[in-house]
Amino acid sequence: MSIKVLIPTPLRPYAGKQPVIEVSAQTVGEALSDLAAQHPDLRKHLFSEDGKLRSFVNVYLNDENIRYLSENATPVKETDILSIVPSVAGGI
Amino acid sequence: MALRIPRALYDQLRQHGEATYPHECCGVLVGEFDEAGGKVVKAAVQCGNTRTDSPQNRYHIAPSELVHIQREAMLAGQDIVGFYHSHPDHPARWSSTDLDEAHWTGCSYVITSVEKGRAVLTNSFLLLGEEDEKRLEDELYEVSAE
Repeated sequence: MSIKVLIPTPLRPYAGKQPVIEVSAQTVGEALSDLAAQHPDLRKHLFSEDGKLRSFVNVYLNDENIRYLSENATPVKETDILSIVPSVAGGI
Repeated sequence: MALRIPRALYDQLRQHGEATYPHECCGVLVGEFDEAGGKVVKAAVQCGNTRTDSPQNRYHIAPSELVHIQREAMLAGQDIVGFYHSHPDHPARWSSTDLDEAHWTGCSYVITSVEKGRAVLTNSFLLLGEEDEKRLEDELYEVSAE
């Protein structure tokens, strides 16, 4: 099925400058794989060399962090929205 | 101009730092990118600081808040264009922690020094480069009438 992925500002240069990309997937993992297949330049910005999501990259399925669901195995449905948000932190 | 922020929002983000003093405040800047690569801020969204363990020198915005803000911004045809936070009794300059934790390339990181509860200086910094060689550079900003 086809679901939407919201691309954050810093990753749009690697995603054809698009804010939203449609991917074909049954799971979150397939969605991210399809995203990287459509836009290979995204891969190194999303994943570390071991293929796992980079620690500062958060992926939400609607309002749920996939780390607290079934991660890549989390099933998706047609109306779902996948959001990618790099973390925001800092301090003195 | 690299970053334009309306006076009301500029005052709002500075006052946020005063309200949370002696802790760091934090928030998201929502607006638009113009064709020249500049940014116009349309909203400054106050966020909670999840670093309740060390709020006097650390901030962190919950990803769940970012997701919501990003989604709402995009529905309104806008984008996340930057973030702001305060430095209680500390200069309005980015620290090594600020750089280490910055990942939104192309966005503005606005920092306000709040000394003894009063907002003093506000500076903006632009995050450039890829993750392995990123840097924060001084960014010119304009406080506009509206």
